[in-house]
Amino acid sequence: MKKFLTLLLVVFVCTNCSDDVDDIVNATQINPVFSFTHNWEGIPVTNANFNSVQYTNANGEMLSIERLRYVISDIVFTTTSNEVLELDAYNLVDVTNNNNLVFQVPFTIPIGNYNNVSFTFGFDNEDNSENYADLNSASFNVPDMLGGGYHYMQFDGKYLDASNSEAPFNYHAIRAVDNPGMSPTFPQDTFFTVNLGAVNITGETTFNIEVNLAEWFQNPNTWDLNQLNTVLMPNSAAQIQMFQNGQSVFSLGSVSQQ
Amino acid sequence: MKKICYILCIVLFIVSCSSSDNEGYTPVAVDLEIPEIFSSNILPPVIPNTNPLTEEGIALGKRLFFDRILSADETISCASCHSPQNAFSDNSATSVGVDGLSGTRNSMPLFNLAWNYNERFAWDGKELSLERQVIEPVQNPLEMHSDWDDVINKLQGHPEYPELFSRAFNTSTITQDLVTKAIAQFERTMISANSKFDRYSLGQATLTPQELNGLDVFLREDKGDCFHCHGNPNNPLWTDNDFHNNGLDATFTDLGLGAVSGDPNDNGKFRSPSLRNLVYTAPYMHDGRFQTLDDVIDFYSEGLQNSPTIDPLMKNIDQGGAQLSPEDKADLKAFLLTLSDPSFLTNPAFQN
Ligand code: HEC
Ligand code: HEC
Repeated sequence: MKKFLTLLLVVFVCTNCSDDVDDIVNATQINPVFSFTHNWEGIPVTNANFNSVQYTNANGEMLSIERLRYVISDIVFTTTSNEVLELDAYNLVDVTNNNNLVFQVPFTIPIGNYNNVSFTFGFDNEDNSENYADLNSASFNVPDMLGGGYHYMQFDGKYLDASNSEAPFNYHAIRAVDNPGMSPTFPQDTFFTVNLGAVNITGETTFNIEVNLAEWFQNPNTWDLNQLNTVLMPNSAAQIQMFQNGQSVFSLGSVSQQ
Repeated sequence: MKKICYILCIVLFIVSCSSSDNEGYTPVAVDLEIPEIFSSNILPPVIPNTNPLTEEGIALGKRLFFDRILSADETISCASCHSPQNAFSDNSATSVGVDGLSGTRNSMPLFNLAWNYNERFAWDGKELSLERQVIEPVQNPLEMHSDWDDVINKLQGHPEYPELFSRAFNTSTITQDLVTKAIAQFERTMISANSKFDRYSLGQATLTPQELNGLDVFLREDKGDCFHCHGNPNNPLWTDNDFHNNGLDATFTDLGLGAVSGDPNDNGKFRSPSLRNLVYTAPYMHDGRFQTLDDVIDFYSEGLQNSPTIDPLMKNIDQGGAQLSPEDKADLKAFLLTLSDPSFLTNPAFQN
């Protein structure tokens, strides 16, 4: 009984410790939130829509999605005086397991006007050469002979081939690489910046990012899954086409503020 | 103000603890020693705060693991199907229980279980924690075929167990919950991280050209492409602990994950096993269908069977798979064998 009473007291005192004053002081700083929703030319895509052949790409192939995950990193806020606030964070958006579709950046920015907000699809080369325990644990690595680091995206599914049977595709985006082996070379960067434009931040803010997966297959390169389906990691030409098509995949749907 | 509040909390907490009414023995907390190859690459192990590791809990779990008292006629223990010399698996395709009947699944090796982050155990993910997993084999008619009430009664009437439970859990009243906790504690200490490849990764050993070429086959998308499911040098668990249909069958007698989730898209999916210690764990696959590693490699090279749920990472299914050359097959096998950790088999902490 004595124990119970003391415990009650502990709980009571502790709950009163939470300090409202702090919240008011911090209200001029917010942790931005990025929320990712996926679609195929406007039709919503979640993991509930996986595993059945139901999407048609620009080249006319029907396809299914079975696994989709990708990294976004380096969130940058550019102020009206062109000061650059770079938030060195990353997030593995795992659509397959419905994980991390909403990402609260673990850094704060001041409220105010910004000329531009952006993030990186994948990792820039410096960030890509670091060792991340969570991404290793998720087996997101790229083998050393292909330059090491991490996948930018793993997008697996099946398409209907010329004989109308299901065949696999592994649309894996990485840093484009030539001469796999002890000293690989890198023809060009294939991470890219997604610019969301100007925003006036007045309070807690969520950027609703829309991800049109059909764009990976159509713009500017019409993707022919009969030609480019698997073994694309060591194919630098395919990586460069992914980089080009990726530019139009992400857009800002809306900004919600409190 | 905030600071004072916290200090007050701590003081009150200490006061409330010191007035405890238990039997007085506090088990010694154990900090799991995490091998460097894990701590520098992957996330920390999962140790539920409802079952912290203690010296007494681990020792009790070990004793129970090796004790035949858990089976109906006291002829088998956990170790009968999970034996140390087989990296805690056994060498039959489907293990035989107390009544001489065998189940439909191959016994699984037990190591690095605390690093199964999603805590989905068994081939099909049906067991949702190590603690809960213990309940099943004890009462499964094809395994130990006991009644849990009988087991608890036997333990309670045993000359030593009540004292051992009392030291581990501060109560001599034995329950199923405490039995499962003790065994799970022991299982979380079973770590295998001292293979030749681990030492190579740490710069303490070298691989032969053949083993290095085998690693290349393992990692190349145009050859084995094993790494998308079975880990890589930066994921030294050598498994993704995720569920896939790797193309064993065109039709399924065992639905695997599909029978657990009820989703036909999961039919034929099983958890990728770790590739550590393969040399000790034959036969292979969920039903123990392959006797040798050569059989397994031939399967991935020429034997894939198509089915609607086959993983899209399985390629060239029309030709049966990766079409590896005889040299590449031999090298891949040589690499896989570098993942064996003989010190795990002889570690006295895991012997009866
Ligand atoms: C008759 C043989 C047999 C006995 C006895 C047995 N097991 Fe198993 N064990 C198996 C088989 C077979 C599986 C795979 C089960 C499945 O997938 O359905 C397994 C799976 C497991 C797993 C899951 C491992 C993983 O990585 O998911 C654990 C843990 C385990 N057993 C622990 C125990 C413990 C603890 C005991 C004793 C209480 C025990 N087993 C007794 C045969 C046995
Ligand atoms: C799509 C994921 C995937 C890929 C790619 C893959 N595996 Fe597997 N592997 C699995 C799964 C799942 C199992 C268990 C299947 C079962 O028993 O039903 C397995 C089982 C095994 C086993 C048996 C282990 C045991 O303890 O029974 C070995 C050995 C193995 N794989 C080696 C390889 C090698 C070598 C490659 C590359 C040539 C490879 N795997 C590619 C998913 C994969």
